[in-house]
Amino acid sequence: MYEILSTFAQTWGLLIFVVLFAAALVYALWPRNQARFDAAANAPLTENDTPAIADEAETKDETDVRA
Amino acid sequence: MISAQGLKRAGSDPSTAIVLLITVLGALWALFAAAYAPDAAMRGQSWLILGGFLTGIFLLTGSIAGGGVITDEREYNESLIKAGVIASLFWGVAGLLVGVIIAFQLAFPVLNLEPFGFTSFGRLRPLHTSAVIFAFGGNVLIATSFYVVQRTCRTRIAGGIWPWFVFWGYQFFIVIAASGYLIGITQGREYAEPEWYADIWLTLVWVAYLLVFLGTLWKRKEPHIYVANWFYLAFIVTIAVLHVINNLAMPVSWLGSRSYSAFAGVQDALTQWWYGHNAVGFFLTAGFLGIMYYFIPKRVNRPVYSYRLSIIHFWSLIFIYIWAGPHHLHYTALPEWAQTLGMTFSIMLWMPSWGGMINGLMTLSGAWDKLRTDPVVRMLVMSVAFYGMSTFEGPVMSIRAVNALSHYTDWTIGHVHSGALGWVGFVSFGALYCLVPWLWKRKGMYSKALVDWHFWVATIGILLYITSMWSAAIFQGLWWRTYNALGFLEYSFVETVEAMHVPYIIRAVGGVLYLVGALIMVYNVYRTVRGDAVEDDENVIDQPALEAAK
Repeated sequence: MYEILSTFAQTWGLLIFVVLFAAALVYALWPRNQARFDAAANAPLTENDTPAIADEAETKDETDVRA
Repeated sequence: MISAQGLKRAGSDPSTAIVLLITVLGALWALFAAAYAPDAAMRGQSWLILGGFLTGIFLLTGSIAGGGVITDEREYNESLIKAGVIASLFWGVAGLLVGVIIAFQLAFPVLNLEPFGFTSFGRLRPLHTSAVIFAFGGNVLIATSFYVVQRTCRTRIAGGIWPWFVFWGYQFFIVIAASGYLIGITQGREYAEPEWYADIWLTLVWVAYLLVFLGTLWKRKEPHIYVANWFYLAFIVTIAVLHVINNLAMPVSWLGSRSYSAFAGVQDALTQWWYGHNAVGFFLTAGFLGIMYYFIPKRVNRPVYSYRLSIIHFWSLIFIYIWAGPHHLHYTALPEWAQTLGMTFSIMLWMPSWGGMINGLMTLSGAWDKLRTDPVVRMLVMSVAFYGMSTFEGPVMSIRAVNALSHYTDWTIGHVHSGALGWVGFVSFGALYCLVPWLWKRKGMYSKALVDWHFWVATIGILLYITSMWSAAIFQGLWWRTYNALGFLEYSFVETVEAMHVPYIIRAVGGVLYLVGALIMVYNVYRTVRGDAVEDDENVIDQPALEAAK
């Protein structure tokens, strides 16, 4: 059992983690994600003191009522 | 006008009924334990547990009679966070106080009062570690995570009564664990001393915590999940896994306090340190990095230096930290390849740790002047600096040759405290100093000068602590392995203990200073909450004012 587990950990286990990590790197460095990351980075700085009750786009007619 | 569609009263909804059922079952169990527990300690403690559950039933009935928990989707749940801030400060002072007491006990052993067994170092030491890590740190993490996840998801916390169950259930766990240590109930696993019944209770609370957090993420109004939430989520998930596996045990009796671990020998040692080191990695690091990634950008009003780096920081930390545990078991029966693996991964941790540190510090780009003008920013920056220092020191100590010198000496204690007091403590204090004016809608803290005093007194305290422990430990480590010409040990063990007397006093003084800093903070927070804030702190930005910054 020990042999099986340690062999798996040292071969396939290692490979799976390297591939998963590479995928995370690609996601982080993909040039087209820049705009999304910029928006995300500003998320804490653009918040209101109340929750967004509904998506603005979905409830356009309601917006008038609330304004 | 805002329509009333968001307002909801829980009444006696299924969630409230389930929580009530849990408390009733808990109370029944405690009653049986009080009557039939095989050991005296359990018979004693079950009265306390019974009292806790009865208080719960009492509070719940009151809440149901009053119409239930109010959930107003148009507002963030801030009273929950306020409760968390107060609990954090309370446990922080309690844990630091016990730390000071045991520091003096080491310098003056006479302070272990013989007629009172509960005052012995062995009982108080787990009380100190659990109080500062789990009671103080845990409350800070729960409070800030509930704050950050609501704000960055633009939605009220999910779950109605469940977040309150998490809060009160966690306090109850702390009380059960702490009182158990004092009367001698412990399973002897470091940082996981509570016995099986407390572990089951914590599992229940923690699963509720996870579901509340996930539920809030699920109903978010923001497309992207902000990076701080990733760190919080990793902390919650990993702690759940670590806690359950490390505490797998068979109770001797379903009403007794004692249990036996499912593991034995070297497997047990590895499980414990897999748990122990990841408690550092995911509780004391990942969770508090969540604080760093929200509160530093927020306080200096700058976006995080590199969002990409934060993603890489997150994933590399997650992938690497989990393997570092075996470095606690150098030169033991653990297979050498596993020791080497632990050491290698610890050294690899330099990269994500320093990447994260740089990301935190560089967020101040263009706002470095705040270091001079805002003591809270200074505190946050100092915490990140300590994060960098202790995550540099840690990998060095994990190298087998260095470990041969450092292990079992006070170097380990110095290292832990540079991380705990410097990084975890300061980032927590910094976050709390941000939260208090925001939550209680004040223009600033009562006194900025007192924040400054807190910062300097505590910083000097940390320096005294870590320098005394480090220099003492070098002596210890070297003396323990000094041989004379005939091949005998040059020093007896007790000689190295004697030599620790002065460094131990210096360390205790450092602890006193740190405690004084925390007391200054409590006073400052008290005056702020009372509404005595007179100064207009330009660094406290009104939350809604950010439309202008867009």
